[in-house]
Amino acid sequence: MGIAKMIQTLHLTHDYEVQDEEGNITDRVRAIDDVSLDVVRGSFIAVLGHNGSGKSTLAKHLNALLYPTEGQVLVDGMDTLDDSQLWNIRQEAGMVFQNPDNQIIGQVVEEDVGFGPENLGVPTDEIWNRVNEALEAVEMTAFRKKSPNRLSGGQKQRVSIAGVIAMRPKCIILDEPTAMLDPSGRAEVIRTARKLNENEGITIILITHYMEEAIYADHIFVMDRGKVAMQGTPREVFSRVDEMKALHLDVPQVTLLAHELRQKGLDIPEGILTGEELGLALTGQKEALAAAMKQGKITSWDFR
Amino acid sequence: MGLSIEDITYVYDSDTAMAVNALNHITTTIPDDQFIGLIGHTGSGKSTFVQMLNGLLAPTTGRILYNGEDIHGDGYDRKQLHANVGLVFQYPEHQLFEQDVITDVMFGPKNLGKNEEEARQAAEEALSRVGLSSEYYKSSPFDLSGGQKRRAAIAGVLAMHPKILILDEPTAGLDPRGRDEILNLIRKMKEEMKMTIVLVSHSMDDVANYVERIMVMNSGQIALDGTPNEVFAHVEELESMGLAAPQITYIMRHLKDLGMDVDTTPLTIEEAAKEILSALKGH
Repeated sequence: MGIAKMIQTLHLTHDYEVQDEEGNITDRVRAIDDVSLDVVRGSFIAVLGHNGSGKSTLAKHLNALLYPTEGQVLVDGMDTLDDSQLWNIRQEAGMVFQNPDNQIIGQVVEEDVGFGPENLGVPTDEIWNRVNEALEAVEMTAFRKKSPNRLSGGQKQRVSIAGVIAMRPKCIILDEPTAMLDPSGRAEVIRTARKLNENEGITIILITHYMEEAIYADHIFVMDRGKVAMQGTPREVFSRVDEMKALHLDVPQVTLLAHELRQKGLDIPEGILTGEELGLALTGQKEALAAAMKQGKITSWDFR
Repeated sequence: MGLSIEDITYVYDSDTAMAVNALNHITTTIPDDQFIGLIGHTGSGKSTFVQMLNGLLAPTTGRILYNGEDIHGDGYDRKQLHANVGLVFQYPEHQLFEQDVITDVMFGPKNLGKNEEEARQAAEEALSRVGLSSEYYKSSPFDLSGGQKRRAAIAGVLAMHPKILILDEPTAGLDPRGRDEILNLIRKMKEEMKMTIVLVSHSMDDVANYVERIMVMNSGQIALDGTPNEVFAHVEELESMGLAAPQITYIMRHLKDLGMDVDTTPLTIEEAAKEILSALKGH
């Protein structure tokens, strides 16, 4: 338990095999190329990168859905190649995917959420406690007796997240969890992730195409062609507007607006991440701005 | 003339105790040559509504006219309607099924009774509009990249020469580059072909940047309908419907709250920067 690193990859390499119709391997595609990174326990991590950059492949290594071609992945110190630890790894590092339809199995919402802990052999009373908590956390309590089939995509996704929360994981990997959600669904998922991180100390690894969701992270990894192309705090990463654009990525709208104003000659620093910070910059409150920007994590500005 | 929607309702499972009123007395028009954004939270009725527009679902009450004719009237050619009002579903690449790209795109026109030659011509034109050159004609759809697959699927509907093209979340799951490519492509198609586009989207930022009219659905009704500026002025109302305003709107509102003399209507970075600079100069 003393390990400060929730997850560690050591020279992780992953090759996908391309097979012909007879099943002969004709080619190998390197999806991850010698990646060594650490995820600090209790941190909120965002992983950015265009489609095909290797970020989803990376995610699948973090709870042993894929195994390294070369190198090693350690989850809470457990090697993903060690079969005897497989279920411990998957219980500690829960995964939520983009499409909730592939993740829901129960006939009734509460049953689906309780499936994970039941499978772990958790006593019945405790299962119900966990189900209640998990449904509350994703604001789906009102739907607990419904059939998942009758839910919208966004509601289903919240049930999937509740299913993971009910496993009491130490780490949750969310692979583009908001890609199919409406604005309130997105805001709820992001708020839920932040809340679980801040209140429960659960390590969050959020893979996303929405730059606005990444500003709450402690640390961002930007993937490109299977490697970590950039990394740092959101402020460090999003300060590099031109590099992000070269990687075909965005920066948050407010960062871009501040960048534009700076180029027009206004005295605004790079790396503005919230409307509040822009407000301080434009109203000449330099000291307050410097203090706000020195602070690590964004805690105030609400996600919408 | 386009589509006139006259007081339609739609009830799912109307014969059971589980009856759900998915559409509730909607009256509106979808004219020719307009770029419309359709927004609404999941479950607001958007998908049901767009399936009504091309006749895949029939209203429980009320009627829908295309160029003045009732699309559920006796003897109405609904196959032709599916061509005139094209619908590109979410994740349309899941519906690619032929052995190569050109055959897949030719399927629609052939189904409409076009001969091989006409179908090929329509398919080639559609593929060129979505930026897939002849080198891809013989590729298996499954060998294309995600963005290319989606463009091939859009070409499949485009090849039927729709007058109205409905796209249900065409950018879902795409990265920022893929998203910009698809949205720019749609804008270009709209301008060149003078079509009406109905863009169903969950991204307020995309809608703000591309469309000329926004329809907001809530509880099976059209709650708001107007230009992006008009609709996004109703921030609190949108939030109460599970929606939001574009990021820029929130930033401008915050600046105004701080006492800056700015207008909160800009929806793009350029407009916002201009407004801020002029406010700082004291107008």
